Amino acid sequence: MALLGRFLSPRITKIIGSQARQLSSSSSRQNVDRPQFPGSRSEYSTKLEFIKPDDFKGIPVYRVMNAKGEIIPGGLDPKLDKETVQKMYHSMTLLNTMDRILYESQRQGRISFYMTNYGEEGTHIGSAAACDPQDVVFGQYREAGVMMWRGFTLDQFMNQCYGNCEDIGKGRQMPVHYGSKDLNFVTISSTLATQMPQAAGSAYALKRAGKKLCVICYFGEGAASEGDAHAAFNFAATLECPIIFFCRNNGYAISTPTSDQYRGDGIASRGAGYGMDTIRVDGNDVFGVYNATKAAREMCVKEMRPVLIEAMTYRIGHHSTSDDSSTYRKKGEIMSWDDQSPIHRLRNYMENQGWWSDEQESAWKEKSKKKVMEAFARAEKRKKPNPEMLFTDVYDEMPPRIQKQMEFMKSHCTQFKEHYPFDDHVPMT
Amino acid sequence: MSWKFLRCLQNARFLKKNLQTSLSVHRCVSVQYVPDTISAAHGETTRMNLVQAINNALDIALSTDPSAVLFGEDVAFGGVFRCSVELKDRYGRDRVFNTPLSEQGIVAFGIGVAAMGSTAIAEIQFADYIFPAFDQITNEAAKFRYRTGNIYDCGKLTIRAPTGAVGHGALYHSQSPEAFFAHIPGIKVVIPRGPHQAKGLLLSCIRDQNPCIFFEPKILYRSAIEEVPSGDYTIPIGQAEILLEGDDVTLIGYGTQIHVLREVANMAQEKFDVSCEVIDLRTILPWDEETVINSVKKTGRCIISHEAPITMGVAAEIAATIQDECFLNLEAPVMRICGYDTPFPHAFEAFYLPDKWRCLEAVKKIVNYG
Repeated sequence: MALLGRFLSPRITKIIGSQARQLSSSSSRQNVDRPQFPGSRSEYSTKLEFIKPDDFKGIPVYRVMNAKGEIIPGGLDPKLDKETVQKMYHSMTLLNTMDRILYESQRQGRISFYMTNYGEEGTHIGSAAACDPQDVVFGQYREAGVMMWRGFTLDQFMNQCYGNCEDIGKGRQMPVHYGSKDLNFVTISSTLATQMPQAAGSAYALKRAGKKLCVICYFGEGAASEGDAHAAFNFAATLECPIIFFCRNNGYAISTPTSDQYRGDGIASRGAGYGMDTIRVDGNDVFGVYNATKAAREMCVKEMRPVLIEAMTYRIGHHSTSDDSSTYRKKGEIMSWDDQSPIHRLRNYMENQGWWSDEQESAWKEKSKKKVMEAFARAEKRKKPNPEMLFTDVYDEMPPRIQKQMEFMKSHCTQFKEHYPFDDHVPMT
Repeated sequence: MSWKFLRCLQNARFLKKNLQTSLSVHRCVSVQYVPDTISAAHGETTRMNLVQAINNALDIALSTDPSAVLFGEDVAFGGVFRCSVELKDRYGRDRVFNTPLSEQGIVAFGIGVAAMGSTAIAEIQFADYIFPAFDQITNEAAKFRYRTGNIYDCGKLTIRAPTGAVGHGALYHSQSPEAFFAHIPGIKVVIPRGPHQAKGLLLSCIRDQNPCIFFEPKILYRSAIEEVPSGDYTIPIGQAEILLEGDDVTLIGYGTQIHVLREVANMAQEKFDVSCEVIDLRTILPWDEETVINSVKKTGRCIISHEAPITMGVAAEIAATIQDECFLNLEAPVMRICGYDTPFPHAFEAFYLPDKWRCLEAVKKIVNYG
């Protein structure tokens, strides 16, 4: 030690000295040679042994309700009241109805693009119901159910898809890129996984502001391969951010099956590597999702650290209206999942409780379809925004150069007005 | 990331002698630094180098805005260039902190902080390493307000990064990537020429309601020393500054290159009796067309100079605008004196840079044109 001390700074010598004293004072640990590397906290081993991923059983899938809508013995029934459960069911089925109608409208060329949520409604509603409405949501694009739960109106959904003058986003983004400040849902962008480290930053800001809130950040298993996912997990863990990372593992990223996406045990197995508490849940079991999210939220807010939830599910619909999934998967595969859908399961549960009947089902189906059709018709009739909105909000204030370009556009389009779709738009000033 | 390089830079501190007037690192970069003159209206001043001015601006930003946080690789102990020195002790580790080593994570984290209405000051250790964050800057930060219809924005984000040649930085400690960012509607790009400018412009960036990238010419960190107002002040973004008035040729530049152009103007006067007007652009995006156009209309000749490669560089945009706006006033083609279209080399830095001799030759050519 004395010899070492000649080469080390006094501070380091002091630390080593105190560690040495600690070791010698503990009789059980006498002469134990422990690694002192700053980068880990493990013990030495003389076994030349590689850690094999196959040595571990896969992380189990947590669920509380089976396909028949029965609470499995030992499963924790969240005992939600009838009103809440019916709201869950209404939201899931209304989303489903909206999906069918907007999907069809894209096929008819009435909107340019659409992405359905088939099969994943349970992940949206279960998690949204477990969060505080003030919790901030960062999504990918297949989480419309979260907005549905929070009260985004059918008109608001439709206005965005049509990019009309009532659209909150002013008609600038593609359909399904929703956002609402009132509902604390940060506007969707197409770039995959970019929202993940952003969500960590927002969670950090909420923590500093002393709010007892968390951020919930949704992403697919494909997006989890992006570098931004890695950054997000690592930043959230090291900077102790109250954030729930919610992965929708639906088996496919467009045509890419998970076997081409990763070789580990899904996304959940990565959680511990980043130092995050992690759970895998049956995404088609809305109560399982609810329980997991509720517990995760509590940990986030109380202990100020991130939690990872991987919800296993199946993408029943095509990736988007620009995709024909029959070119890479068989119809039978899809059909088998349709029967296990979260909607069927919750309906079975409600029927078991005597909370839902066939009559209610058909009445609700009709009602929800009517509501969607009405909103659809209203949205289709509205004009598109004033073309000047092409130039606003690039910056908080319009720089002179952009101002000039706007004036140019106006004068050009007025001069050649028969070649531009003025009739579809709110007039320019 | 670059400890070997940083050690070299620290060894280079011996250069402190005579730094106020001239600097020569490894015989490659020669910059004659002319201190800014501060008007008496600014009140009390303190002698600072560029590092101290940045540190002072950050200190003021943190003290005047309790939501502000400062983060990046190695900022907690003071930063590899010492720009954040003592700030963690003053404001706490929840406000001044290290992040994991990931540039895309740093910028995105900052966007998230800003989206919640807090002020985020992110540091990228070298401008050369900003590219992993390019997606977050161009697709996210720049478009955040526009795509959300102005319900969310990340206007309170500022990204600071050391930029430019340093004498021996080679490919990845010398780059001037501003042109990549000048092509991104939605962000502001600012480059100061010295301590006084840096403090005022950085405070403007931090308080501006748009995401800003602030590139700090690292060769000037310790070499540029001048009186800097001690108080809280800002210098407007988007405005160029005429440093030297002249009638024959307009010289446009920014950052370290502005000092090269200043010296060129003096040499041109002495050697050829040519009067040069020197304009510091200061803001690359959105840039000050008006000042540039008015100057070129007066002089009829223009040379634009930057360290970055010539093809598609910032000078190309300015030259195109000048020919558009000043066509009838031009007496000679607009000239660009820039870095060559190669990566930034180690041993050949002296031959690569658009130094005063290359610029002086351009002045000679442009006044003798035709």
